[in-house]
This record gives sequence, C-alpha cells and structure tokens, in this order.
Amino acid sequence: MRNEAIEDSLFVKVKVKAEEKEHIAAPASGMIADAWLRLRKNKAAVVALFILIAIILLAVFAPVFSKYSFSDTDYGSVFAQPNADHIFGADQFGRDMWVRIWMGTRISLMIAAVAAVLDLVVGVLYGAVSALLGGRVDAVMQRIIEVLVGIPHLIIVILFLMAFPAGVGTIIAALSITGWVNMARLVRAEILKLKSQEFVMASQVLGSSKFYIIMKDLIPNTVGVIVINVMFTIPNAIFTEAFLSFIGIGLAEPQASLGVLINGGYQVLQNYPHVLIFPAVVIVLIMVCFSVLGDGLRDAMDPQMRK
Amino acid sequence: MVKYILKRLLFIFVTLWIIVTCTFFMMKQLPGTPFDAERFSIMTPAQQESMLEMYGLNDPVPVQYVKYIGNILHGDLGTSFSYVNQDVGSVIAGRLKPSALIGLQAVLIGLAIGLVLGILAAWKHNSGIDYLTMILAVLGVSVPNFVAAALLQYYIGLKWGILPIGFWTSWNCSVLPSIALSFSATAMVARFMRTEMLDVLDQDYIVTARAKGISQMQVLMRHAVKNSILPVVTILGPIVVNLMTGSLAVENIYSIPGIGSLFVDCIKANDYPVIMGITIFYAAFYMLVVLLVDLVYSMIDPRIRLTKGKED
Repeated sequence: MRNEAIEDSLFVKVKVKAEEKEHIAAPASGMIADAWLRLRKNKAAVVALFILIAIILLAVFAPVFSKYSFSDTDYGSVFAQPNADHIFGADQFGRDMWVRIWMGTRISLMIAAVAAVLDLVVGVLYGAVSALLGGRVDAVMQRIIEVLVGIPHLIIVILFLMAFPAGVGTIIAALSITGWVNMARLVRAEILKLKSQEFVMASQVLGSSKFYIIMKDLIPNTVGVIVINVMFTIPNAIFTEAFLSFIGIGLAEPQASLGVLINGGYQVLQNYPHVLIFPAVVIVLIMVCFSVLGDGLRDAMDPQMRK
Repeated sequence: MVKYILKRLLFIFVTLWIIVTCTFFMMKQLPGTPFDAERFSIMTPAQQESMLEMYGLNDPVPVQYVKYIGNILHGDLGTSFSYVNQDVGSVIAGRLKPSALIGLQAVLIGLAIGLVLGILAAWKHNSGIDYLTMILAVLGVSVPNFVAAALLQYYIGLKWGILPIGFWTSWNCSVLPSIALSFSATAMVARFMRTEMLDVLDQDYIVTARAKGISQMQVLMRHAVKNSILPVVTILGPIVVNLMTGSLAVENIYSIPGIGSLFVDCIKANDYPVIMGITIFYAAFYMLVVLLVDLVYSMIDPRIRLTKGKED
C-alpha cells in the first residue's frame, strides 16, 4: 500500500564512504584482553590482585631471606612481642612468627594451587564429558555427583583424614574427592546450554569435526564460568586446611600452616594475643582478596551479570 | 507430587546406604578397638566373647556389615567405644539440644540481619549502606568462623566480661556461639537478597508501581520485597552445611556439649560407631533440609514445578 502523504521524493539516499564502511574502531580483542580491560577499572579488584601478588612474593621469599628457620627454637625470646628482631614476635618456643606465618602461607597457597588445578582438570573434564556424551553415561555420572553432594564436603574430608596419616599430601588428596564437584556441575550446565545454540549448529553445518567444536566453540565459551569458579574454589580450599588444622585433625606441629598457627595462637590468646592476631589477619587478607578478585572477574567476564 | 516426594526419599535412602557402606568398610580398615590390650588378654575366653559380642566385633566383617545394616533399620546404631555402655543413638540424642538451639539462633540472626541489610543495600544502590553491606558480605564469608569465635570469646567474653566465655549452664552461654556461627549466614543472606532485589527493582512492574503514584514505602514493601524474598529459601541448604561444619569448631571453642564437639572428640578418640552415627545423621539431616526447601519453594512459587507438567 502506498502512502499518499509521504512521497518517495522526500527520501534521499545517504552517501556512505567506502572506507568508512569497513572502518574498524579498535582492533578485535579476545575475551581475556577484554576482561582485563574491564577488570582494570575495578579498583577493589586491582588492589586485591596487588595484595595477593605481594603475599605470594612474601610467602616465597620471606623465609629464604630471614636468618631464622620456621622450626628453630630460641628459649631466650619466648613469646617475644613484635620488635625489630622478630617482626611479628615469637611463639611459645621462641620460634620467629614472621617466618612461620610465611611458611604457613606457602602451605595454604600450595593447597590452593592444587585445588585450582584439580578443579580445572577433573571438574572441567567430568562436566564436559558428562554433558557431551549425554544419555546413560551422563545419568550415571550425575548420580555419582548427587551422592557426593549428599554429605557436607567437610565430613567426607574429615573421614578421609582419619584413614590416612595427616600431612599436606593427605589434605590435598582429601580435597580431591569432593573439590571438583561444583565445577563439574557448572561446566556441564554451561555446555548443555551452549550445545543447543545456533552458532554450534552453524559450525556443524559448516562441517566442523566434533573435536573442533569442543575445542573451538564450546570450551572457549565456558572459560568465564571456569575462571570465576576457580576463584571461589581457592579460598574454600585454604579455609578447609586451616579449619582442619585448627580443630586438630589436619596438619600438626612443628609444621606451620596458617591453621596450625591460629590454633597455637588460640591456646595463648589470653596472654599473648599477637600470636593469634598475625596469622588470623594474613588468612583473612588472603580470603578477602581472592573473593574480591573473584567478584571483579565475574563482573569483567560476564558484564550482563554486573550488579 | 506424592510420587515425586517418594522418589526423592528413595534416593536419599540409597545415598545413605552408599555412605554407610563406604564409611563402614573404611572404618574396619582403621586400627583401634574399644579394649585395653593388656586387660583384654587376661580375661577368660567367655568374657572376651561377651565383650566382643557387645560391640558387634565377634563376626567376620561381611557378617558384621549385614548385622549393622539390619540394626540401623531398627534404629540401633551400635555401642559407643569411648562412652562406656552407651549406645550411639542415645549419645547423639543427648547432644542434640545445644546444637539445635545454637544452629536455630544462628539462622534467625542471619536471616534478620541479612535480609535487612540486603534490602537496604539494593534499595539505596551504590550508597554508603550498599558499600557497607558488600564489605560485610565479603568479610562474613572470608573471616573463618573459628577466628571470629575466638576473637568474640576473647573480647566480649573475657576482656569486657559481658557474656560467658563458654560452657552450657544458662541461655546466656548460647549467645556468643550463635553470633559467631551466624556471620557467614548473614553474609550469604545479605548478598543473595541484594542481588535478587536489584533484579526485581529493574522489572517493569516496579516502574508501573511508581508511575501509579503510590508511596516509596509501598513500592518497597508490596512490590519489591515481596517478590524478591522468596528465593532466599533456596540458600537454606548451603547455610545448613555451613552451620554444621562451623559447629565443629565453634562448639569446641566454647566448650558446648553439642554434636559438633562430640564429633571432633570421637574422631580424636577413634570412636568409630559414634563417628558413623554422626555422619549418617548429618547426611540425612542435610538431604532432608534440601528436600524440604525444594518442596516449600515449589509451594510458595507457583512458577516452579517439581514434576513435569502437561505443557512439556
């Protein structure tokens, strides 16, 4: 139907310059670069990142450059208050708290690193396989997960620790039974969602192999979920170790994990609060920084979720 | 609906059975008997036999397993190793009340403070109270509960002497542990409520409500809060897990005769029957809470259907 009031002559074709048509305002940036750009604007996350880097550096180098070792006793400086010699004071055997705290941080960070790797390898693989194979395999794999989710994780870890001698290796092994479950569920849900989307179908129609689709279409699109979940697994692992050591079934003296140190500090809290306060501050700082950084990464990688 | 509940209950039973089986055979591998080796060796064979009988240790392991499962079905969890002559059921039952009271109070504190903070934070988005809530939410999940409990005990209990530092003599004793346990619950609720409510405040019907000209208070209470408070039910499961595990440390710190401290004591004493009993109890309780949450949520939110409806 023609509209009498508006005539065709009223319309003029806009001239578009050929070079402007193909003009690219900025080079295409990948997901990681994109996320980094957005993360940089989040002041809290950047501060958290720098504090974490500082903590990691201290954990690696502070014990090396100190004249004390974490297990050397010195009965001349029992319960020394923080001073120039002992920056964080000393404990009931005169051991230097500065060195012990950074040794403890080493253990915490090591457990965190292993938990993260485990999450990435077992969790992602389990979730991806479950989602991609589907059918009966998926059903069986999901039932296994449902049983694992049925008991609080910490209870499984505690039962496991009873059966094996306490040590960093045992704690890591115990965490590996349950640590990856959340990741597996998230990755499975994400891949199931992606699998039915048009771009995957387009890729199939264009003749991509199954392997190519998994590597190029599915996994890159789940990176956001994976990275964010790892950032929340890490503080959980650190907390679990400290918690177990605190209630006395994790690591034990003379090893210095943050949980052992807090337990030792708690015993003498009434008279020497500094023995508790310093390791407690360090663990809180680590947990806060990971959680702030995790939030920042979530906002950066999934801008729609931003609140 | 009934079919769905039965299906879920059946799954809970199967899960419990798997848990019982795994822990049973694991415990059998561990060293330790309830007997003092020296005193046990000077008993007559008949006495030894009757002692073993009492703890169910006189049969080969597979027979013990079958008997154990049979006993559990009758509600008999065996005899404690460390609490002499007491059966596990009564040991656990005797410790139930303090844990239940502290847990319940912690949930109530968490809900009350968490909801108020979450609502205010979302309503005054990007204001001082919003930042304060977010800081508290991060701290609440980052400060380990045993550190919070130790510091509360030291400052409020010991230095300022306002509340008892521990033990279980009056209701006052339950205040500090409840507060210590409630931090993470408060943080989880506040954060969840804030996110939910920001979502709701973005909806068109809030704009409509404002356009109608009703007061801000009415928009908040009748439209925003009412629509965002329901999903909070769903985080009850994670909160319960948090309280259970938290109670292991907090009850120890405050010397409270609850299930958490019993569990830790029995682990240190290698009291396997009680450890198994508490594991079963924790798992069953947690799974029932999750089931209950699902049921309640489907009842209060008609959009959620547990069973497949006719339309799909």
